[in-house]
Amino acid sequence: MGGKSEPAKSESMATTTTSPDLINSSFFSFKSLKLKTKQQELLLRISILGLVYILAFIARLFSVLRYESMIHEFDPYFNYRTTLFLTEKGFYEFWNWFDSESWYPLGRIIGGTLYPGLMVTAALIYWALRFLRFFVHIREVCVLTAPFFASNTTLVAYFFGKEIWDTGAGLVAAVLIAICPGYISRSVAGSYDNEAVAIFALLLTFYLFVKAVNTGSLAWALASAFGYFYMVSAWGGYVFIINLVPLYVLVLLITGRYSMRLYIAYNCMYILGMLLAMQIRFVGFQHVQSGEHMGAMGVFLLMQVFYFLDWVKYQLNDTKLFQTFLRITVTSAIMVGGIALGLGTASGYISPWTGRFYSLLDPTYAKDHIPIIASVSEHQPTAWSSFMFDYHILLFLFPAGLYFCFKRLSDATIFIVMYGLTSLYFAGVMVRLILVATPAVCLISAIAVSATVKNLTSLLRTKQKVSQTGSTKGAGSSKASSKVTLDQSQPFQKNGAIALLVGVFYLLSRYAIHCTWVTSEAYSSPSIVLAARGAHGNRILFDDYREAYYWLRQNTPTDAKIMSWWDYGYQITAMGNRTVIVDNNTWNNTHIATVGRAMSSNEDEAYEIMRSLDVNYVLVVFGGVTGYSSDDINKFLWMVRIGGGVYPVIKEPEYLVNGEFRVDKGASPKMLNCLMYKLCYYRFGELTTEYGKPPGYDRARGVEIGNKDIKLEHLEEAYTTSNWIVRIYRVKPPTNRL
Amino acid sequence: MVKSTTKDAQDLFHSLRSAYVATPTNLKIIDLYVCFAVFTALIQVAYMALVGSFPFNSFLSGVLSCIGTAVLAVCLRIQVNKENKEFKDLAPERAFADFVLCNLVLHLVIINFLG
Repeated sequence: MGGKSEPAKSESMATTTTSPDLINSSFFSFKSLKLKTKQQELLLRISILGLVYILAFIARLFSVLRYESMIHEFDPYFNYRTTLFLTEKGFYEFWNWFDSESWYPLGRIIGGTLYPGLMVTAALIYWALRFLRFFVHIREVCVLTAPFFASNTTLVAYFFGKEIWDTGAGLVAAVLIAICPGYISRSVAGSYDNEAVAIFALLLTFYLFVKAVNTGSLAWALASAFGYFYMVSAWGGYVFIINLVPLYVLVLLITGRYSMRLYIAYNCMYILGMLLAMQIRFVGFQHVQSGEHMGAMGVFLLMQVFYFLDWVKYQLNDTKLFQTFLRITVTSAIMVGGIALGLGTASGYISPWTGRFYSLLDPTYAKDHIPIIASVSEHQPTAWSSFMFDYHILLFLFPAGLYFCFKRLSDATIFIVMYGLTSLYFAGVMVRLILVATPAVCLISAIAVSATVKNLTSLLRTKQKVSQTGSTKGAGSSKASSKVTLDQSQPFQKNGAIALLVGVFYLLSRYAIHCTWVTSEAYSSPSIVLAARGAHGNRILFDDYREAYYWLRQNTPTDAKIMSWWDYGYQITAMGNRTVIVDNNTWNNTHIATVGRAMSSNEDEAYEIMRSLDVNYVLVVFGGVTGYSSDDINKFLWMVRIGGGVYPVIKEPEYLVNGEFRVDKGASPKMLNCLMYKLCYYRFGELTTEYGKPPGYDRARGVEIGNKDIKLEHLEEAYTTSNWIVRIYRVKPPTNRL
Repeated sequence: MVKSTTKDAQDLFHSLRSAYVATPTNLKIIDLYVCFAVFTALIQVAYMALVGSFPFNSFLSGVLSCIGTAVLAVCLRIQVNKENKEFKDLAPERAFADFVLCNLVLHLVIINFLG
């Protein structure tokens, strides 16, 4: 805990060891001393980075140790299924895969609608391990991909910090990002999702681009284009890069920092990056047709104009002539650009910003127009408590770091300031984007920590040197050899510096404690296995989800079609190996609305819809027995809203009583008779769930249910798991007509 | 107003021309290559306007390969130009090697994208 904060101090002490008095006093061993110090410093740095690498990996292993090595949540199951397919059938089959097992009867073109980066990465690691004769199962590789890439991210953070500020800041950045909860939340072992590799690709692309701008080398710009390609293949959030980098270039142009290096870096990265990105089928031609990518093209054209003007200015040595030329060119360029953009947008050739990204600029848009985006819990605006939870001390170190960055403005620090500010804005709009802001916050905070500690320790070193020469504080300011001049009116600077350093160490150790606690308590649950404390404090596990999916896998015909709410689609196809009607991809809103309508209608109407979709089994999730609150009854209003968005026959106020959602005796009759209510509470009226409460007491809602005597006409109960969390019903074929 | 503008334009044109004659030959060759690449791109756009853009990926790969080589040649010109202070300790062989590498990657991607 305190160990990782010490290296920052002794690292800066090591750099100031080559102070004049040591050189003077040990002249004969000067050369050997300097060599040893440099080697010591290198050894220190490498060992710190090695420890940080291991730390980042093992901090994410809580759930593997507590439960087992399994894939968490919902989306990772789809990624796991596609990776399995890739390793079994090969890349050509994977790239051209049409899946008929999901979105029955429409099917899904998986090859063209996914981001292949994650799957290809895991498959490559798998094949590499097999080549070395380590015959691991692909699931183990998938589970541990995220921690592995988190460790790699710490290395990239070190190099990035070194590029922006110095090695001390790089080391602190690596440590901060290794355990920062904002990053851990989406990269814990088992969380096999796109963000696991995407954050690594994001930071790598930014680092390579800043390096290219700093050095002006084509090779680094090419590397950043490849980094961008990896990011595009990994995550839809690449739109952030393709907008931040042009914005950064624009800011540099406006602040008068145009240089040849910038020209080389941006142009090479843009052209090659755009071409590489268009190789991903899912992205397609968006780089030239979508409104979200037009900023990059605009800045590209602007750069050409700047270069041309620069060249003309250099050729002519006459400023007056150049001024007129400048005026003409700039006005005509802006006019042409504006007309082209206007024509493109008006004719519809350039598509406007898609709902997903438009709702970032206008947060109220999704709630009114696209309920499916608004219903995802990760898309809600962030509360202050989430910021504190995920960042802890980095919250106030961030403004301090901004101050240091502004004190020493360079191309690189301007970049990190822009990255930090834009990503924090978006993190405030959507909880999920705290992840994107985490590297920027860690880097800027690292600058603050490193600069502060460096100043304090050099203060300490100077004071010690003055006291060694035996002079009083009066002589301290006259010594020209001291790097830091001391203020005469503050005699207790050394004590103050020591106190501040102790304070810094205390803060960093509290940060480490907080991060470990957060990781252990909040971010290590697999979501598919629930845990609770029993009456005697022992841990009880609810493995109902997997129980239900394996029942489906073993007890239903192979061509059975399962209808459930879209949350569970990926898990059913991956573990149950059956065809589903809708799943988490949510690409077809009407299909989901049809399922929502079926769940909200009464049994006869729902039966018609289910017959039209060839449904054989219906799966619902119910938390009334265990008190599990993320069940389908609590999600029911979203089903009504999404269904009502497409089918006006479903009206939300009919399911509410005085605007309130109730399931007890006072609930609306439409609610008491809908399919979801009947399927969840079938036979529940006979069950006593809690001592002292009447039978049929719903523990998740805290009320006794209204309609206890439920009869099902067209469905029959097929399976209910041991804690009643998942309930499966069979759809009966129509009765024979006589 | 118009007369002074045309006079200004003529002056501009003459001074540009006289200044350009003084540039070294290797830079002029690179400039010629850039003009050729941009000209080819314009021909492709005109052809697309005539016959439509059906295999859009082919059109894009053709145009972008021209623009890409033009841009890369301009970057080479920047790095090789002896009057650029920032690049005076960059060996021209290194600049050319970077240029060749980037062109290689560009054309490999183009061939994949051509369809």
